[in-house]
Amino acid sequence: MADPKLTEQIEAFVGREYGRVYAWDRVNAPMIRQWCEIMGVDNPLYTDPAFAREAGYDDVVAPPAMLQVWCMAGLDNENYPPGSTDENSFEVLKLIEGYGYPAVVAVNTELTFERYIGLGEKLYYTSRVASISDEKTTGLGTGFFVTLSMPFYSERDGADDEPVGELLFRVFKFKPAHSGQPADKADQPKADKPVAKRPLPGVSDDSRFFWEGCEQNKLLIQRCTDCQTLRHPPAPVCIQCHSFNWDAVEASGKGQVYSFVVMHYPEVPPFDYPNPIGLIELDEGVRLIAGLVGVNREDLEIGQRVQVEFTRFDDRQTLPQFRPVAQ
Amino acid sequence: MISKKTKSLAEVNVGDQLEALSIPITVTLINGGAIATRDYFPGHHDKEAAQALGSPHIFMNILTTNGLVQRFVETWAGPGARFRDQKIKLGAPNYPGDTMTFTGEVVERDQATSSVVVSFKGKNSMGNHVAGTVTVVLP
Repeated sequence: MADPKLTEQIEAFVGREYGRVYAWDRVNAPMIRQWCEIMGVDNPLYTDPAFAREAGYDDVVAPPAMLQVWCMAGLDNENYPPGSTDENSFEVLKLIEGYGYPAVVAVNTELTFERYIGLGEKLYYTSRVASISDEKTTGLGTGFFVTLSMPFYSERDGADDEPVGELLFRVFKFKPAHSGQPADKADQPKADKPVAKRPLPGVSDDSRFFWEGCEQNKLLIQRCTDCQTLRHPPAPVCIQCHSFNWDAVEASGKGQVYSFVVMHYPEVPPFDYPNPIGLIELDEGVRLIAGLVGVNREDLEIGQRVQVEFTRFDDRQTLPQFRPVAQ
Repeated sequence: MISKKTKSLAEVNVGDQLEALSIPITVTLINGGAIATRDYFPGHHDKEAAQALGSPHIFMNILTTNGLVQRFVETWAGPGARFRDQKIKLGAPNYPGDTMTFTGEVVERDQATSSVVVSFKGKNSMGNHVAGTVTVVLP
């Protein structure tokens, strides 16, 4: 639970407004061209005046996704152009940090564009604390989502400044779930980027035969050697006669979809989404859970005939998956 | 490479898939993108500074991600499409040596405003770097 004193102070921040932050440079063709060059954006609307005029503009225009770029501070990230406010629109983060939420991560941005911006325009934005969430817990940790609204304007002499777009910027200010982890990593920088791998199963003396079977592309099912009853998932005792004696038989790998679920959210790497998962009833009579491959989500239905196939993942584990076959 | 021709609303349907775009993530792209967007945060250009923050290498800044999203959608829509909004959610970082592959599809089509909404994902080896929607007005 968040400290009630913090909650009260946070509430006072919502709706707070901050003054202008100006662009160092008027919208200009060289910065646009250099942005297009590195991004690989080759729309002539941004670089070819003749094309832009044909499209109805006076000259080239700025790419919409560049909106935020114009008002960046630059090399010294607290050095804003003359006329800019010296307030810090993220001061609420310092307040939250003081209550033991040291980490921050940008969660999402939403750009909206009123119109395209032309050469020579002088831009500025203002900021408003649009919302601060209740204390939330995510995979990263526990903290607050802070959303800033930043409307952008084009300054005009002798007329009202004109709104040209808006940036919504949301950050998560949090207490990491695994504290100390960043420091550990800093001590031992990894040479390679992390790669998401499929989680490994918990293997016990009871289930080892099953996973070893998968490595040999065999779907093995436990069988009671006293009463011949098949069972899955693996267990030490026969569900019928309570015998501890068992061996394993290779299943045909043929069966049908007894039930299924399609995972959409949250998207956990490295899986592909939507991610269909089946409860498969094998022709031998036992059921097991496995990923479904080669399925069209709309066509998936209970009773669909399937056949096992084995796929090796991450060069370290082989998993059975089931693919639809003709009835 | 962007087509010279802009898609018209009439030829776009909900469910249309955008042609996938794979972008190699390099030190040059992350560095160049950060500077072209005037973002001098050290984690985007200084490997040692990034490692001190617990990252294995420099990581792409949000403004570059936004630029690449625009490129992906614009390459499909054509030079005359007008962006109305671009909403992104951030996920796994983009580190050098990785590849980000954009996929997307048309999820809404509005005759009244002559606009379509494209839903997209940019996925790297660790999962989605970015996902979101873009609204474009088509002729």
